[in-house]
Amino acid sequence: MKPRRPVVEGYFEERADGSVVLVGGRCDACGAYFFPKRFSFCRNPGCGAPGLADVELSTRGVLWSFTDNRYAPPPPYPAAEPFEPYGVGAVTLEAEQMVVLGQLARGTDVSALRAGQLMELCAEDLYETDDAVFRVWKWRTA
Amino acid sequence: MSEVVVLGAGMHPWGKWGRNFVEYGVVAARAALADAGLGWDDVGFLAAGNTMRNGYPGYVSGSTFAQALGWRGTRVSSSFAACASGAVAIDSARAQIQAGRCDVALVVGADTAPKGFFGPLPGVRPEDPDWIRFHVLGATNPTYFALYARRRMEAYGATADDFAAVKIKNSRHGLENPNARYRKAFTAAEIAESPVVADPLRLVDICATSDGAAALVLASAEYAARRADRDRHVRIAAISTVTPRYPNTYLDMPDIATDSAVGAASPERSFRDSIAHAAYEEAGLGPDDLSLAEVYDLSTALELDWYENIGLCAEGEAEALLRSGATALGGRVPVNPSGGLACFGEAIPAQAIAQVVELTTQLRGEAGGRQVTGARVGLSINQGLFGHGSCVIATR
Ligand SMILES: [Zn+2]
Repeated sequence: MKPRRPVVEGYFEERADGSVVLVGGRCDACGAYFFPKRFSFCRNPGCGAPGLADVELSTRGVLWSFTDNRYAPPPPYPAAEPFEPYGVGAVTLEAEQMVVLGQLARGTDVSALRAGQLMELCAEDLYETDDAVFRVWKWRTA
Repeated sequence: MSEVVVLGAGMHPWGKWGRNFVEYGVVAARAALADAGLGWDDVGFLAAGNTMRNGYPGYVSGSTFAQALGWRGTRVSSSFAACASGAVAIDSARAQIQAGRCDVALVVGADTAPKGFFGPLPGVRPEDPDWIRFHVLGATNPTYFALYARRRMEAYGATADDFAAVKIKNSRHGLENPNARYRKAFTAAEIAESPVVADPLRLVDICATSDGAAALVLASAEYAARRADRDRHVRIAAISTVTPRYPNTYLDMPDIATDSAVGAASPERSFRDSIAHAAYEEAGLGPDDLSLAEVYDLSTALELDWYENIGLCAEGEAEALLRSGATALGGRVPVNPSGGLACFGEAIPAQAIAQVVELTTQLRGEAGGRQVTGARVGLSINQGLFGHGSCVIATR
């Protein structure tokens, strides 16, 4: 079996027990969260503290909005042949007071979704090469 | 600061012409100069909007157009602020005039656009949020437009019929615009047959990518006052190029997450509201003063968001305002009398300039079959990805 790798380093982790978490940054000085972490410092202009701690973000949130993509995006999206449409959801994390985007899990019926419903994090294959399967975080209905 | 005056406006028609963007820009620049009754040698400063998809000449658009018009030692600036590039170029030209460094400035934006979805620049760049959103999530521009559209449906009860009504309105407006790429009046039945690209948006709800160019000749109030054509002069009462205030908790392209509201007070206004607010403050005017508005209808649904952002109605009431007919030609405050992006498609660095060309044409009373009767004050607004605001208020 091919090894599993995240599609991008440092954004999320899959654990041996099957759980998935997004990894962001948190400022110890003001409490702000950042996803992705991107930089080593806090971007709150009233703070600007030099360090951000790695932090696991909430794995559940409420759906802010959603859509689907019915046509293949341009590169660098690793679109399968034939193209497989996918949903996209924007989910509000309560503790972090931020919205995080993700594809919707395969098989999600976009027409049945409603803003405000509970969603939870999961991970699925995005694409594979000869050497590895690349994984990505997704939102699914909880 | 004294107001700067628009002496000339010009465009190259929007389309998919497949030529070098410099060709279009020079046509628009010469049209604007001819409209002003001035020559290239009268220009003390050239401000241009950059294009990212036409190689190095697009990154140094100021000197590219200066060379194309013929080197004359003119000082230049080259601005990039995505869809807001044109407004930043106008602001750059205005600052030079207001600082007394020149009497006349030329502003140019032109683009040759690729077909289909806009993608990020090539290469593997995991540090670039624009690359990440495409590679990791397949989140195209229409993905974001669709999220905003669905949000209106969920939060305010907007319907696909409302979005179609925006398309029908703008397509009728554009019939009367010789510079528009699409001059066809859409019916509800035709819209219903258009394929869904990103639910709830259909292909005809989403603006195309186009080739085109727009240019303006700006002058100091003192210079303009000495001229005989004062009844055609339009004044730039405000230019807003604000960026968001932290924490920006509305999901903006190309980010895959918002700022966190933890640890900081939320700003008084949303980013899009703040773009218009800064312009109103500078102009000393408000939404009730507007005769018309040109708003960035990247999608039909987004036009409805702008109604609220520029204060034409309260949040959640844009659909009712649309249905009342207030924003159609003949209504209280026509929106996108040019036909908007629905009829033009997006030529990125030219678009904010084209909006001001339309304001100028309307305020002069030279808009022909799409003329807004008695137009006195016009507002144009748009937003460039990565946090660029763009709003211009013009008066006559
Ligand atoms: Zn901080």
